[in-house]
Amino acid sequence: MIKLSVHKVLQDAEGDMPLSLDLSIKEGSFVSFFGPSGSGKTSILRMIAGLLTPDSGSIEIEGISWYNSETRQNMKVKDRSVGYLFQEYVLFPNMTVIQNLHYALKKGQDESQVEDLVRLTGLGKLVNRLPETLSGGQKQRVALARALVQQPRALLLDEPLSALDMKSRRQLQSLILDIHQKLNITIILVSHDISEVIRMSERVYKLERGRVIEEGTPLDLFAQPGGGSKFQVVGSLIDKYQQDFVFILTILIGKQVVRLVVSDDEGADLEVGDTVQIVSKAFNPIVSKIEV
Amino acid sequence: MDWSPIILSLKLAFLTTLILFLLSIPLAYWLSQTQSRLKPFIEALVSMPIVLPPTVIGFYLLLTFSPNHVFGEWLAQGAGIRMVFSFGGLVFASLIYSLPFMVNPIQSALVSLPRSLSEASFVLGKSKLETLVKVLIPNIKSGLLTGVVLTFAHTVGEFGVVMMIGGSIPGETKVASIAIFEEVELLNYSNANTYSMVLIAITFSIIFSLYLYNRNTVAKLLP
Repeated sequence: MIKLSVHKVLQDAEGDMPLSLDLSIKEGSFVSFFGPSGSGKTSILRMIAGLLTPDSGSIEIEGISWYNSETRQNMKVKDRSVGYLFQEYVLFPNMTVIQNLHYALKKGQDESQVEDLVRLTGLGKLVNRLPETLSGGQKQRVALARALVQQPRALLLDEPLSALDMKSRRQLQSLILDIHQKLNITIILVSHDISEVIRMSERVYKLERGRVIEEGTPLDLFAQPGGGSKFQVVGSLIDKYQQDFVFILTILIGKQVVRLVVSDDEGADLEVGDTVQIVSKAFNPIVSKIEV
Repeated sequence: MDWSPIILSLKLAFLTTLILFLLSIPLAYWLSQTQSRLKPFIEALVSMPIVLPPTVIGFYLLLTFSPNHVFGEWLAQGAGIRMVFSFGGLVFASLIYSLPFMVNPIQSALVSLPRSLSEASFVLGKSKLETLVKVLIPNIKSGLLTGVVLTFAHTVGEFGVVMMIGGSIPGETKVASIAIFEEVELLNYSNANTYSMVLIAITFSIIFSLYLYNRNTVAKLLP
C-alpha cells in the first residue's frame, strides 16, 4: 500500500496553487493521475521520488515511512526504491545502452538482472549503441529497463510516451502492461492522454488545480452515465465548418480521420483542438476482422 | 640564448593548471548547486582577478607573505616556507590570479546540463559524488577543456603578479614575460623578439586547438 497525504503550495500562472492529496494506492495496482498541464500531476511523482519536498504531510510505502513532516523525517532520494521514467528519457549521453543499465545496478547486485531486462524489453541489438543514435521509442525502452534494474517497489511514469509517435506509443504501452503483469509492480502513471489512461490503468484520479476532483475506474470516469450507449470513442477535432444548417466535423481517432455531420446546436460549442467523445446508440456496429 | 624563462613559464602554467583543475571541479559544482546566500559573494570573489589590475593582487600577496608581517613571519619561522621571491609563491599567486578562468567555464557547463540528468542518477540510488564523477563530468568535457586551456594560456601570459611577488630571480622566478621586459630594457631587441615569438607560437597553437576541438564536438552533436 502506498499512502499519500501531502500538501504543498505550488506556483502557476495564476499565482499560488495549493496541491492537496490524501489517498492510498493498492500494492501491485496500476493507477493514473489525469489532468491538464499545470494541475500538479508531475509534482506528485516528484514528491514520491523525493525530488520535491512537500510543505507538510506524510508518504508511506509498504509500512515504511519515506516522509513525515511531524517527525521531520525525509528519506533521501537515493535511499527510496522507485523507478522513475521522465518524459524526456534522460539517458546518460556518455554511456552506451548497456552501460546505462549497468550504472543502475546496486553495489553487489547480480548482473543477470540486466540481461533479463534486455531480453524483456527487446534491446538485444542496441546494447552497444550510444543514446544519441537511438529513436525516441528506443530511448524510452532503455530508460524503462534502466528504471527496473534495481527491482523498485514502485514505478513512476511521468508522461513518458507523450513525445512518441502513435506506433511507438502503442508498442511501449503494451510493453509497460506486460511488465506490470510479469513483475507485479505498482505503477503510477501521469498523463493527459485519455486513451492512454483508459487503456493502461485500473484506477484513475482526475486532477484539477492541485485537487482530486473525481476518482474511479476509467469507465466510471470517462463513460457518460445513463447513455445506454452501444459504443463510444474519443478523438480530437481537427476541422469544423458550417454547411447550411449543419456542421461538418473532421475528427482524428487514433490514426484514422473520420468526417461526421452534426446539427448546428450540437456543433456550435465545439472548437478545433477539442478532445471529443463520439457516442453512437442508434445502431448495432458491425465488427469484422481486416487483414493489414 | 637562455631558454630557462620559457621552461619556467611552462612549468608554472602546467602546475597552476593541474592544481586549479582539481580545486575548481568541487568549487564549480558547489556554486552550480547551492542556494546559499554566500553564493554571490563567493562568485564575486572568484571573479575579482578578471577586473583587478594584477599589480593589486601582487601587492597584497607581497604584503601578506612578507616576513615583516605576522602571517609571513609565522610562515617563514614556523613552517619554514618562504613565499616571497620564490617559485612556490609564484604558483600560489597564479592560482588566485587564474582561478576564474578555470571555475567559470566549468560552472557554466555544469549549469547548462539539464537538472534531470542528476535527478535520474539520484533516483537510481547514486550519491552526489558518484553522480558528479560518472555522469556530470563526462558530459562537460568541452567546458573542462576550455577551463584548462584558458588557465594555461592566462598563466603563461601573466606579468604584473609575477613581477610584484616573484621579482626576477633567474631559474627561480624569472618567467618569459619578465625576461622579455628586461631584454627590452637592455635594448636586446633580438632576444626579446625570440622570447615573444615562442610565446606567440605556444599560446596560438593552444587556443587554436581548443577552437578546433570545440568545433568538432559541436559538429558531432548536429545531425
